[in-house]
Amino acid sequence: MELFESGACDLAIKIKTGTISSEEVTKAVLQKIEQREYDINAYITTTPELALKRAKSIDIQRIQGKDIGLLGGIPMAIKDSIITAGIRTTAGSHILENFIPPYNAHVIDKLLDAGAVIVGKTNTDEFTMGSTCETSYFKPARNPHNTGRVTGGSSGGSAAALAAHECIAALGSDTGGSIRQPASFCGITGIKPTYGRVSRYGLIAYASSLDQIGPMTKSVKDSALVLSVIAGYDNRDSTCLNEPVPDYLTEIDSGISGIKIGLPKEYFEEGLDSEVCDITMKAVEIMKSEGAEFIDISLPHTEYAIPTYYLLATAEASANLERYDGVRYGYRAENPENLYDMYCKSRSEGFGIEVKRRIMLGTYCLSAGYYDAYYRKAQKVRRLIKEDFDKAFKTVDAILTPVSPTPAFPLGSKINDPLQMYLADIYTISLNLAGLPGISVPAGKTSDNLPVGVQFMGRVLDENLLFRLAYALERNVGTSLTYEGAVV
Amino acid sequence: MKYIPTVGLEIHSQLATKTKIFCGCPTAFGGESNTHGCPVCLGMPGVLPVLNKHAVELAMRMALLTNGEIQKRSYFARKNYFYPDLPKGYQISMFEFPLIKGGYIDLKTENGPKRIRFNRIHMEEDAGKLIHVEGDIESYFDVNRCGVPLIETVTEPDFGTLEQVSLFLNQLKELLIFSGASLGNMEQGNIRVDANISIRPQGQKELNTRTEIKNMNSFVNALAAIEHEIARQTDIVEQGKKVIQETLLYDPVHGIIAPMRSKEEAHDYRYFPEPDLVPVFVDDEWIDRIRSELPEMRNEKRNRFIQEHGLPEYDAEILTTSPDIAKYYELVIGEGADPKKASNWVMGEVLRILNETRITIDEFKVKPSMLAELLIMIDNGSISGSMAKTVFDEMASNGRHPKIIVAEKGLTQISDKGELKKVIREVIESNPNEVEKYKSGKTNLIAFFVGQVMKMTRGKANPQEVNVILREMLS
Ligand SMILES: [Zn+2]
Repeated sequence: MELFESGACDLAIKIKTGTISSEEVTKAVLQKIEQREYDINAYITTTPELALKRAKSIDIQRIQGKDIGLLGGIPMAIKDSIITAGIRTTAGSHILENFIPPYNAHVIDKLLDAGAVIVGKTNTDEFTMGSTCETSYFKPARNPHNTGRVTGGSSGGSAAALAAHECIAALGSDTGGSIRQPASFCGITGIKPTYGRVSRYGLIAYASSLDQIGPMTKSVKDSALVLSVIAGYDNRDSTCLNEPVPDYLTEIDSGISGIKIGLPKEYFEEGLDSEVCDITMKAVEIMKSEGAEFIDISLPHTEYAIPTYYLLATAEASANLERYDGVRYGYRAENPENLYDMYCKSRSEGFGIEVKRRIMLGTYCLSAGYYDAYYRKAQKVRRLIKEDFDKAFKTVDAILTPVSPTPAFPLGSKINDPLQMYLADIYTISLNLAGLPGISVPAGKTSDNLPVGVQFMGRVLDENLLFRLAYALERNVGTSLTYEGAVV
Repeated sequence: MKYIPTVGLEIHSQLATKTKIFCGCPTAFGGESNTHGCPVCLGMPGVLPVLNKHAVELAMRMALLTNGEIQKRSYFARKNYFYPDLPKGYQISMFEFPLIKGGYIDLKTENGPKRIRFNRIHMEEDAGKLIHVEGDIESYFDVNRCGVPLIETVTEPDFGTLEQVSLFLNQLKELLIFSGASLGNMEQGNIRVDANISIRPQGQKELNTRTEIKNMNSFVNALAAIEHEIARQTDIVEQGKKVIQETLLYDPVHGIIAPMRSKEEAHDYRYFPEPDLVPVFVDDEWIDRIRSELPEMRNEKRNRFIQEHGLPEYDAEILTTSPDIAKYYELVIGEGADPKKASNWVMGEVLRILNETRITIDEFKVKPSMLAELLIMIDNGSISGSMAKTVFDEMASNGRHPKIIVAEKGLTQISDKGELKKVIREVIESNPNEVEKYKSGKTNLIAFFVGQVMKMTRGKANPQEVNVILREMLS
């Protein structure tokens, strides 16, 4: 189907010029959703009526000669950890199963201002805590490339929706790899911007100092387009950077000749699947042929990234999730005996096992007598990890690494072994701790026909370079739209 | 044996900002329940706090007035505990890195000067309110107070007497109010006091186990509670028992001190830096600006009133009990009223009505310019002093201008000599006996004639004029 070979950039132009209507595109997407959802579970909530109404109004605005915006008429999927006014927002949790917020996340306001059409809210691990989408209170999303495999997570629903053409572009959120790892597993592009590049206002918090919203799309150019819409200052988020947003598309095709790329040795050690390693090295060769120069580097504190992350992220999460107490909104247990009982029952019944595990871990780490040994020490290690990057970026412009040690693994194979599951984020977590941007872009497929992405990491606010690098690779490998075996 | 008490205080004061500390909701007192709320102060998912700069500035004023050290960099922290009046499940407060360290207030006690040192002043948000209705098994939540900005002033355990506590609280309140940092309204919960108390035998240096009394909402209660607690601890020690460390509540109605339920007190607050906020950076330029903006404090104001307006010390003292009254007074004289007469009226009539009707000067219907107008009318003789009081009462009840009231009621004073002579002549003619007596030396009968004139003019005759003309015509 020709429509689905077009990404957001192409369709936006076609809609703007009247070659195709937003209604037609939206209808096609909704039809795909109807066909595929029974075995993909990309969405927790779909909003077909709202979407069609909105698409029609965008078409009318176009006919009236109004500017319909950079994403005018483009059907988009929004991760369900992002607040949408009037549309149920669950964060994949029972405790928010019926929560309909009265306000929009900043990024939603931005998307709507740019003319986007929201078609639904995508599946996620509960409160984004997971690497497979399996901790979702709802049915886990399945990988469109092989429905027996996980999508990755936590933004697995958005990745799956893209791979199955159940949307044209999507938003995800990334705390330790939650955009990049599912992007790799599902063969799409996803970028975690610099911490503070995109406002977190309206992103349901997991770990405030690590969370960042980012685009997930079918092509690199689409990610650049979406990021240029959602990035920028927002006075409702004190951690948001007040820096101008470049037009990421203007320089995307300017080549990568002379760019110095580091290969950190710690990312190519034991535990890396050989096929993933081969695909990554093939990407290195492609980049070389495009003119990039490779330098071996070291990020010596990499081995501490996972423990550091699981102390800091869970500590913040333990506080961030205290508001779900059954008092003002969300799930409340029936017939509690007293206030204390209401708290205990509402939270015990409302949260799933992974969320409870992380709340316990974080609470422990902040407790009197343990704070110095865990939280404070982890903050120190976080600084060391950041310094590793600062040092590396004195000699290189970007860093290339695998996204995840393996391709998408079978559903159910790691969910009962949290430590194994936590390792799936080993190559993505450091970047969140350092607050730096990283992009995951398709690099090839395994012998089992499973997509594998590679990751480019960059300096603070150097998303522009990441797009150039990812685009150079994409030109050689092809996008999720065109490469062989793409799911249409 | 004689025991010496040692007391330290923690005072929560509401900062006088228009909006809350982390969102744009109003802080105004007395709104209908749950009308001052938004997703941020309700702790909805995904929302973020944004610091109100003005709150920081008001806290800085207190530091400058108490010689505290404003930190170049301070951090907010999350204080975690579950309670239904705390929407996020944590209170945003400050812990390891408060905004202000140190500082002190010097007291003039009966036994000489006494310095009370501060440990710190930090900023935090207030919690909401729970409403318990008698006989109802459910409780209700009101968000209006959630996120109202507070500063917590923590003193060292420097108090040895109740007199010191009392002087300190009043002095602190004066600083809060005159600096504009707080409205200092106790009834509206603007100032709340916690006290740490221990006693030790005379001669012993090290402090004994202390208890903490929480949440006292008036100075009278705080003093009574501290006195009670000192007595209670003395009793325990004299019985040979030991004071145990616990948190207590004072019940002012029954005058009892009782421990808080253990569940409410056994908290591990798990403080950690608030990741949703950036550090508060303060540079010298900012401090200098706040210093230059400091309002006139009470002492300066009192002295200025004596010197500039020629007021007696007593008047200056009363007119500066609150910055609002002082401001009102100065506006009245700014409109041309005589300073001393204005002072008499403000201290007398204005304060009387404010007390009687329990309103603030802002709500008072007689605006400064209107009072000035009235005083000028008395001065130029267009109404009498006694009439003015009637007019004033009416102004206070309906907010109308004195000239309009006087005109409508026909209260304008008769000062016209020709008109007055006509009336006086009539009075003299119809009271020949009294005229006789007056002329034979009973000069105090003048009051009788004045009274007759007033009766005939229904009080409108200018008494001074009447006096002069009567004496002329009777002699
Ligand atoms: Zn609010």
